[in-house]
Amino acid sequence: MSVLLDIRGVTRRYPRPRKQLFHHEEALVAVDNVTVQITQGRTLGIVGESGSGKSTLARMVMAFEAPDEGEVLFEGKNIHALGKRELQALRPEFQMIFQDPFGSLDPRRSVGWSVAQPLRAAGMKPDQALILKTLEQVGLRAADIDRFPHEFSGGQRQRIAIARAIVTRPKLLVADEAVSALDVSVRAQILNLLMDLQDEMGLGILFISHDLAVVSSLCDDLLVLRNGVVVEQGLAGDILNNPGHEYTHTLLTAAQLELQGEHAA
Amino acid sequence: MTRAINLRIGAGLVLVLTVAALLSLVWTPYDYTVLSVTQKFRPPSADHWLGTDQLGRDVVSLLMAASVNSLAVAFISVGIGGSIGTALGLTASAFGGWVETVIMRVADLGFAFPALLFAIMLAAAFGPSLTNAILAIAFINVPIFTRVARGAANQIWTRDYVLAGRAAGASQFSLTIDHVLPNISATLIVQATIEFAVAILAEAALSYLGLGAQPPMPSWGRMLNEAQTLMYLAPQLAIYPGLCIIAAVLGFGLLGDGLRDISDPRLARARA
Repeated sequence: MSVLLDIRGVTRRYPRPRKQLFHHEEALVAVDNVTVQITQGRTLGIVGESGSGKSTLARMVMAFEAPDEGEVLFEGKNIHALGKRELQALRPEFQMIFQDPFGSLDPRRSVGWSVAQPLRAAGMKPDQALILKTLEQVGLRAADIDRFPHEFSGGQRQRIAIARAIVTRPKLLVADEAVSALDVSVRAQILNLLMDLQDEMGLGILFISHDLAVVSSLCDDLLVLRNGVVVEQGLAGDILNNPGHEYTHTLLTAAQLELQGEHAA
Repeated sequence: MTRAINLRIGAGLVLVLTVAALLSLVWTPYDYTVLSVTQKFRPPSADHWLGTDQLGRDVVSLLMAASVNSLAVAFISVGIGGSIGTALGLTASAFGGWVETVIMRVADLGFAFPALLFAIMLAAAFGPSLTNAILAIAFINVPIFTRVARGAANQIWTRDYVLAGRAAGASQFSLTIDHVLPNISATLIVQATIEFAVAILAEAALSYLGLGAQPPMPSWGRMLNEAQTLMYLAPQLAIYPGLCIIAAVLGFGLLGDGLRDISDPRLARARA
């Protein structure tokens, strides 16, 4: 399988506001020298507590911001070195699902409009048949095309967001805490949907979560981040069965406790 | 409930005013251009509900015809000023960086002058005509809408659906048109309603000073001016247009306030 996304030694710093007049606060290193790859058809999980740099990494992969050092190669092309038009032409190949299904859909736009947006932006004709087929793929009905986001539940909204993300038949899907805002039963449905889509379309998935329980059910590879630094990386099974770092162990214990709590409840 | 009262009174006044203005386009009790020396200074009667003025014109007809002028000037000037201001605010918000800084600092300059005085100064500088009055009032609306649009737009830019649009490959321009503008339209409409009240007041002030509507076009501000010399003889001639101006300004002001309370319930609760 070919390498889809190649993240090479990526570092991102944020300047901190100075507290004293002549004293320069040291920059916050959100992501520190991260190197990782995603191959076609596989899922890379990135875990870590909030503030660990997961979302910053996702933002760099989506080219919303550029790294201070290192590069992100998508199919061999450095996405941060591309011109505006070249990047726009490449956008249909990698898409994103956001955490909050209530915030990621414009309340004033119909489902059909939102799902067709990536097609229009890429200069393609929004093909009704393709949109209907995509809605069906994510488990929505054809009649939903003219409805508005507020008419849907959180899980259904996330399905709409997924439909928008896969309508251009991308190769890579970035899911930033895509199931964190959903309740447990809906969460399982969405995870299953993502796995089905992966089998169907050979998607590479970058799955970001703070929850190891969710990650363990979905991911092939794993990267554990803490304060922007890679704590551990490798095959998901190896790490989950035999965590090599105390931090991973802590996350794992927390996830197990949570699972037990949910069973008890 | 108390909030709804603002809205209802405002909407009621605006409705009456609008109906009167539209009606005057096709019908007024008398032709307000017809002068009659024998009919001057008539008290209110069944024939002339509010009497006649110093030239024998029917006051009700004059007031109705003048309302068209007020509304049209407010509508056109807020429309022009609001559109330009909104476009500038959206541009500032979409580009950010030094473009935003430049646009907003220039808008701040506009705020440095008292709006009404500034409009009077502009109209005086460019000569008395209705067109210049409209442009002057439009001009004072530009920085207001620039600031409002930019503030509201900056909030929308942080939303995930805008980021999703960017991930989809949409340009800043289409993100602005597709997402930002529709989602700040409620804020803009509220602001426009409030600025309507200011514009009506500004038009009245300009016309009173002879810088707005020119004779024979009827205008509340000019009616005030003409009644000024007759204050002791016929004070009612000054009171009627004054009441009309109060009703119009209050109506649009309350309507805008009420609309704002609906569009942002948190604000209403904070003020209550």
